[in-house]
Amino acid sequence: MTVTSRGVSRRRLLQLAGAGAAVSALPLARPAIAQAKPVKVGVLLPYTGTYAPLGEAITRAMELYVKQKGGSLAGRQITFVKLDDESAPPKGPELTTKLVQGEKVDILTGTVHSGVALAMSKIAREEGIPTIIPNAGANDLTRTLCARNIFRTSFANGQVGLATGTAMAEAGIKRVVTCTWKYAAGVEFVEGFADNFKKAGGQVLKNIEVPFPNVEFQSALAEIASIKPDAVYAFYAGGGAVKFVKDYAAARLGASIPLWGPGFLTDGIESAVGKEGDGVKTVLHYADDVDNAENKAFRKAFQDAYKAAPDVYAVQGWDAMQLLEIGLTAAGGDAAKRDALNAAMSKASFNSPRGPFRLSAANNPVQNFYLRELKDGKNQLIRTTATAFSDPGTGCKLSA
Amino acid sequence: MELVLIQILNGLQYGLLIFLAASGLTLVFGILGIINLSHGSFYMLGAYLSLTLTSWFGDIFLALAAGIPIAFAFGAAIEWLFIRHLYNRDHLQQVLLTFGLILVFNELQRILWGTQPHSVPIPAYLSASIQLSDTLSYPVYRLAVGAICILLALAMMLVIQKTRIGQMIRAGESNREMVEALGIDTRILFRFVFAAGVALAAAAGIVAAPIESVYPGIGERVLIISFVVVVIGGIGSIKGALVGALLIGLADAFGKVFLPQLASVVVYALMAAVLVTRPAGLFGRA
Repeated sequence: MTVTSRGVSRRRLLQLAGAGAAVSALPLARPAIAQAKPVKVGVLLPYTGTYAPLGEAITRAMELYVKQKGGSLAGRQITFVKLDDESAPPKGPELTTKLVQGEKVDILTGTVHSGVALAMSKIAREEGIPTIIPNAGANDLTRTLCARNIFRTSFANGQVGLATGTAMAEAGIKRVVTCTWKYAAGVEFVEGFADNFKKAGGQVLKNIEVPFPNVEFQSALAEIASIKPDAVYAFYAGGGAVKFVKDYAAARLGASIPLWGPGFLTDGIESAVGKEGDGVKTVLHYADDVDNAENKAFRKAFQDAYKAAPDVYAVQGWDAMQLLEIGLTAAGGDAAKRDALNAAMSKASFNSPRGPFRLSAANNPVQNFYLRELKDGKNQLIRTTATAFSDPGTGCKLSA
Repeated sequence: MELVLIQILNGLQYGLLIFLAASGLTLVFGILGIINLSHGSFYMLGAYLSLTLTSWFGDIFLALAAGIPIAFAFGAAIEWLFIRHLYNRDHLQQVLLTFGLILVFNELQRILWGTQPHSVPIPAYLSASIQLSDTLSYPVYRLAVGAICILLALAMMLVIQKTRIGQMIRAGESNREMVEALGIDTRILFRFVFAAGVALAAAAGIVAAPIESVYPGIGERVLIISFVVVVIGGIGSIKGALVGALLIGLADAFGKVFLPQLASVVVYALMAAVLVTRPAGLFGRA
């Protein structure tokens, strides 16, 4: 059948529909009353499972920021639509679609797990919806898969690795054994580290990979002891990090072979490892005692609101809302003006609790990195190892 | 050479720990015929009991003494509520119910203890280390855990081989109807066996907590490796579980150092090799 009952050809019908869609998409055609509607921010974060504390910290900081601004950004009320992604990559596409098409959110934020974030970013690219990633560190999100409408307020795994490699070389370390779980993030943390460490004249004697999420580290420790490197660079997180740091201390390796790593090796486990974590050195884009007015105000507000100390994840959530406010302001509060919003966000520059914040051409943070040492259950700031440090964004075709 | 000796020590020590975790599973699987996927959850229960009880009593061994009866009672209750309805049903229903239990236990764990990783202190009198090489030391507590595992293994074999209750368990395993005809109440007997299995898993969790650290999902890894132990050792055989666990421990320790590319499959390759040569396991009855 090629003709409808009223004699309009199917092709003609499509043309009409297309024209209608185009007209309704014109900002001018929007009635003024739409301006009063709240901006809907979709939040896809883990609220159950291993990463639940991270999801909670990010959410708290985002809500606190908006609350401090009287519940609205750029004169528009903000409502959050929160979904639990359980850090389960298979659920990523379905939940993202639910937010974008079901809830019709204006802005997308999330998530912690890189696998979920990759699924989410695929849909975000297709839909063109402005998206802010407040944690997931998969390199590709701001390298080969970068997009005009996808922004990150956290880090790229490789970026943290690169910064740590430079810092370790600067500390006079020459021969290193690296140690990680054999999975995507672990590999990216080690590759980034090795790149910069070797460039600075360092030598990686061996890369010990433990199957994920295996936490039996005695064999690895015995190998480290027999190789006798200047230092060890290790990436583990959560329960695995607790065990690695404690086993390392119990094997009395720390005295002769210092333990280093990206900040995630010690963040959030300070009290669990206790004294046994003393002396572990890590590099991260945040430290609790970064000395600037924003950090002091942020830490006080968070502590007052939630009776708990904020962490790096909270900072990333906080900055996601700072970034959104800049975008919305440039778009006159109209989230439908995506080009204006995206353009303003990619050029944004503001003071974060972590120090000066701006985005690279690939929309990944250009930020300071700090060397911290774990002591008395706290990651204490030793020095700033890099200022305005950028991820190379290899494979990204966006230009500034 | 030094590395080889250290890896033998690591492998034996890791093997003894898995043995303790897997012995409860082989009892329940071998004697009751129940595929208990929630076995790892009982290990997790032990780890969290260790966390709470050690902070109350101040010593891991007091926590062990208090935790075993708690876990035993918990196991008996779970058997009465759920497991006893499964004895005459097929494996699919057993798998579904015990998988459901995993989800419930994980959620309860989250509500009661939260999601942050914790650690359990090692008692001061066992916190020393032995110097193995110029850079590497070995914590005394790990050796103590090995000793506890050996003691428990001997005690289990003694109970099963030499006592009346052990006799009833062995009889119940080989011919349930006959045992019932002789006037023994197999409902009580089976409840005892299941509760003992839970208590063993929890005991493993309690003593391992100071070296494992305590975090959500700690039991899932244990569950898989426990099934591998049972398959290698032979279903229902305590001796098989011990030998199987030690083999796995050694394979894992040496695999990681000498075949790092294959480290994650060495254990399963071992299992496959045993299945091909001895389908019933090393000590199983075909």
